[in-house]
Amino acid sequence: MTALPGATERRLGLVVDLDTCVGCQACVTACKGWNDQGHGLSDQDAYGANPSGTFLNRVHSYQVAVPDAAPQIVNFPRSCLHCDDAPCVTVCPTGASYKRAEDGIVLVNEDACIGCGLCAWACPYGARELDADQGVMKKCTLCVDRIYNDTLPEEDREPACVRTCPTNARHFGDFSDPDSAVSRLVAERGGYDLMPEMGTRPTNKYLPPRRKGPGQPSPLAPLLDVKATGIAGWLDRVLGKI
Amino acid sequence: MHPAPSVILFSTLSGLGFGFLAFLGAGVLLPSGWWAFFLWGLAYGLAVAGLLAATFHLGNRKNALKAFSQWRTSWLSREAWASVATLAVLAPMALSDWLGLGLPRIIGQLGAVLALFTVFTTAMIYAQIKAVPRWHLWLTPVMFLSFAIAAGAMLSGAVWAPLALLAVGLVLLALWRVGDGAFRRAGQTLGTATGLDRIGLPTLFEPAHTAGNYLLREMIFVVGRKHARRLRLIALVLASLLPALILLLPLGWAGVTLAALVHLAGALAARWLFFAEAEHVVGLYYGVRA
Repeated sequence: MTALPGATERRLGLVVDLDTCVGCQACVTACKGWNDQGHGLSDQDAYGANPSGTFLNRVHSYQVAVPDAAPQIVNFPRSCLHCDDAPCVTVCPTGASYKRAEDGIVLVNEDACIGCGLCAWACPYGARELDADQGVMKKCTLCVDRIYNDTLPEEDREPACVRTCPTNARHFGDFSDPDSAVSRLVAERGGYDLMPEMGTRPTNKYLPPRRKGPGQPSPLAPLLDVKATGIAGWLDRVLGKI
Repeated sequence: MHPAPSVILFSTLSGLGFGFLAFLGAGVLLPSGWWAFFLWGLAYGLAVAGLLAATFHLGNRKNALKAFSQWRTSWLSREAWASVATLAVLAPMALSDWLGLGLPRIIGQLGAVLALFTVFTTAMIYAQIKAVPRWHLWLTPVMFLSFAIAAGAMLSGAVWAPLALLAVGLVLLALWRVGDGAFRRAGQTLGTATGLDRIGLPTLFEPAHTAGNYLLREMIFVVGRKHARRLRLIALVLASLLPALILLLPLGWAGVTLAALVHLAGALAARWLFFAEAEHVVGLYYGVRA
């Protein structure tokens, strides 16, 4: 049913730290790798002149002009935010799109999807992509087939993007628990919602890049101030006076 | 937004068809015999052709029947119900007009209300989408309904049809005027999309990927806006002014046919613009709208 659950027991989601993300695209690759099993995420003309494909996670790069500080490059991973008021769910005519009452994960039942694309239109964040081969909608599942998977070692029971991130820029946890690691991160670092005016109430939060301060002079700078001595020093003084 | 031919044909033809069905049902025009068969057939044909065109937009058509299940939340599902209900309720009225069965007009009037409600549900599919500010306006359903009513009035030869067509022109002008500022008023920028407005002014450094993807093809369509001004003029003249003028000439049914064809061309141009000019906020992430 595409009515949203009033409240969910848990609110599972991600915290993305824009301060530590280095834009290495490992999360993009790990996500594609894990979710490419089974029906998978198709590519078109993958090795040809005009490649295209379905991805659930994409990393953008922005340059930010910061007042009174050095400009910054910010790498920005973008995937489903598992919104509390997910507009992609309520527009679905078939009930394929749904939000789980137990943990708040937004999923697509591909067996019921007609591929009308309306959910992708409704999402302000571009989190959904229609698979060109299968004609059904694809989106981040929060690796629902990993996080509850008893056959995996315990340390692997988190989304593939989180597990693989080499700089720990991605964190997975339960936002309904105020003492969880993700909730504390959001409280300490001022985690925020993307486009809150869109009324989607996202679960995932982003941590802002830390303020870097003004550009610092090089520690090698004093070495450049060479004082000549001896004959060279005498020449330096004489030539300076001419 | 990508102006897919299937969706443009669907919304234009079904709008025309359901508008005409509403007028035939309400009894504005009371045809009989084979003339009734032809006119009802035309209205049904347009409405059904539009609905069939819509199914070509689907990626996975075999599940189409499931679209009837979520009428409580989804405007698309409501549209499915409303269109089928309209076609079913009006069927006995059409038979009655054709064969002279003399069934009460109230059936047709109920069908007329359902037909206009169908057009409203179509409009709400677009108007509900907050992520496309140009569509998220009360003028969107007004525009769809004005097209349907004008088409119905024109095809059923109502004397006030020229006025209804001129009203379409006014609604289009209002929609363009209000729509042009809608994205700005929604207040979303790359800064709010990324939240980086907290630290400074972000601009695109490099794209997330160099090749195209579904988002860029479907929602970040920028090709068509180049000729937007000229197309607006064409839409205004063909959908509103010219057919209104033709109807004022004493040409009888030939005039109605000519006016309808001109209006259809204008309606298609206006609908193409409705999609091509609509900007989705996801474009911000790709630096398409700063």
